[in-house]
Amino acid sequence: MEQTSLQFRENAARALSDPQLQRALRNVKTGFILKRAAARAALPEFDALRDEAAAIKTHVIDHLDIYLEEYERRVLASGGHVHWASDAAEARDIVLSICREAGAKTVTKGKSMVSEEIGLNAALEAADIRPVETDLGEYIIQLRRETPSHIIAPAVHLNRDQIEGDFRVAHAHLPPERDLSAIPELVGEARTVLRQQFLAADVGITGANFLIAETGSSVIVTNEGNGDLTQLLPRTHIVIASLEKLVPTLEDASTLLRVLARSATGQEMTSYTTFSTGPRRDEDPDGPDAYHVVLLDNGRSDMLGTDFQDMLRCIRCGACLNHCPVYAAVGGHAYGSVYPGPMGAVLTPQLMGIHDAAHLPNASTFCGRCQAVCPVHIPLPNMMRRWRERYFASQSALAAPKLALRAWAFFAKRAGLYRFATAAQGRLLSLFPRSMLARLPLAKGWTAFRVPPKPASRPFLAQWHAREQEKARLGRLRHG
Amino acid sequence: MAEKISAEKTVSARDAIMARVRKGLGVRGDEPGRRGVVQTRLRNPAPNLIPERAKGTKPELVKKFQTMLENGGTGVVRVRTYKGVPEAVAATLRERNLPSRVRLGTDPFFKIFEAEPGLLEILGGAADPADLVGLSHAFAGAAETGTLFLASGPDNPSTLNFLPEHHFVLIDAGDVFGSYEECWTKLRGIHGAGIMPRTVNLISGASRTADIEQTIVKGAHGPKTLVVFIVGSARE
Repeated sequence: MEQTSLQFRENAARALSDPQLQRALRNVKTGFILKRAAARAALPEFDALRDEAAAIKTHVIDHLDIYLEEYERRVLASGGHVHWASDAAEARDIVLSICREAGAKTVTKGKSMVSEEIGLNAALEAADIRPVETDLGEYIIQLRRETPSHIIAPAVHLNRDQIEGDFRVAHAHLPPERDLSAIPELVGEARTVLRQQFLAADVGITGANFLIAETGSSVIVTNEGNGDLTQLLPRTHIVIASLEKLVPTLEDASTLLRVLARSATGQEMTSYTTFSTGPRRDEDPDGPDAYHVVLLDNGRSDMLGTDFQDMLRCIRCGACLNHCPVYAAVGGHAYGSVYPGPMGAVLTPQLMGIHDAAHLPNASTFCGRCQAVCPVHIPLPNMMRRWRERYFASQSALAAPKLALRAWAFFAKRAGLYRFATAAQGRLLSLFPRSMLARLPLAKGWTAFRVPPKPASRPFLAQWHAREQEKARLGRLRHG
Repeated sequence: MAEKISAEKTVSARDAIMARVRKGLGVRGDEPGRRGVVQTRLRNPAPNLIPERAKGTKPELVKKFQTMLENGGTGVVRVRTYKGVPEAVAATLRERNLPSRVRLGTDPFFKIFEAEPGLLEILGGAADPADLVGLSHAFAGAAETGTLFLASGPDNPSTLNFLPEHHFVLIDAGDVFGSYEECWTKLRGIHGAGIMPRTVNLISGASRTADIEQTIVKGAHGPKTLVVFIVGSARE
């Protein structure tokens, strides 16, 4: 996809004045948050399970090299293939060569953020292989040639009437007078159209929520059943997954499943959770003949041993997006990267480099809700702070804020001078009427929307001192 | 030729990734302690915290299983005896205005249908896109979320779970457990430790989507309805 993270400010401004988007985003603010809260309330052990989930992922990351070897061994033993990809280009080449070998013309796809990350659809199209997204949300945005605006609800930025318009254009072979005025009719039409694609596909590509070292299985979690039809019907099944998806055992996967759906959609469990291991067995009447796993690194191994290692615990539930006031205000596309919201603000600088994603760690109020709801306790605000520090330390940080912060630090480190300066500033500003403060020359971005409070004539510390002295004086009077 | 080049390339990618992972972790990879920790964990899979709601007597768990399924919009039919299964399935088809035709695999559980020839038209093998009803046997169920566990194979082809418009699932009340972990233990008992059938489906409801305006609609790509027949009465 085209990365527009550097235009975050412009993107956000546009998003805030887009009435369609603002209407769609209202669904995020209520739906996801209330459903998660209800699911949490219904399971008293939820927070204890989150602690365990975080511990499982931490354990895997600490032993990642060994778990990767064990997992690979089990996949090979079950008749599957494992391919390793250092970066997006290698992953695309591997998928393309498997598709070519299978003589693929049509490829069905389950929802996969790693596929978005490596730009797989464009590569398939360039090779004359037709990718068909089968998750309803992904299908809709594929028709619109957009990218997902949310990691679990790709079309959350759209409203029903927009989707009706897209279906009328894309499904021109259907009678134009048909009724598409209600959501179930749109879902029914997508079901009919995509059913043909499921049956025609030569290769099915899915992501993985988890890879299990004990058994060599890949796990997908869905509600629609599209991922299952994708991996069950074609002759070849390709799984694309990043390294950190590994978990040790079926028991560990079970613990993570207990927090995943509840954190994501507020469901106790999604309709379908599917464990796939190798190709079909000799006696099986259905299932793919070939099973390939593409293991993608793409910068993850570089996060090990750094401030960002804990980000590898992420299970992509989307809770941090759903609870983020910035995400709720501007939506996912404003971030201009594959992964939006707080988790994206930490991951994207790693994937693209901080210079191309410098605004993202700033796209936060630091309210801390993302960390509070994270099922694996990732300290997202702190990691954003680390990225800010790195960017600030680098040459490309803007000169003006750098200079201003240096000046502020000069005073802040010298208590006496700082007190003198702030007192002088306060006295000066308090001389002006409030209406004049409404347009401060260096803070237009702030004053365009708010009137700053009139500064106190005496700074806080001076007031505090006076108060303490007064208290002491009264105390002496009483006891004296 | 092209295949050979790509194979060589991925072998070196594997080495490069492993080297980066080990460098980042600050390990060599051959430390016996680390490997031992992993192997012990994989050879002796241990349950983590099991929620209280997954505990109880068998009758309590069956009841909870039924409630959880029904809360998710799944139809539940209790059938007292094995002998009563064919009529219960036929009656459900009639109630839902469906033809008395089902497709099912070779699971020994389905022998019960041979006792009542003519009651249902039985089709075998993998699902056909035109099928209205697929019938499967779940080897286990977890009460904690009302989740069915189904294993692929000739006994229960996985396509039956997804292609037909309606999915009927039979489960023995004795196979209803509290937690997912107990279901895995049962699976290991059937296939052996670390061995999985090609596909294991955990099914907790019918196909659904909320991708348009977060409005839930049933029957996205898979079955529009799920009906579970709990057979037999669970004893302690």
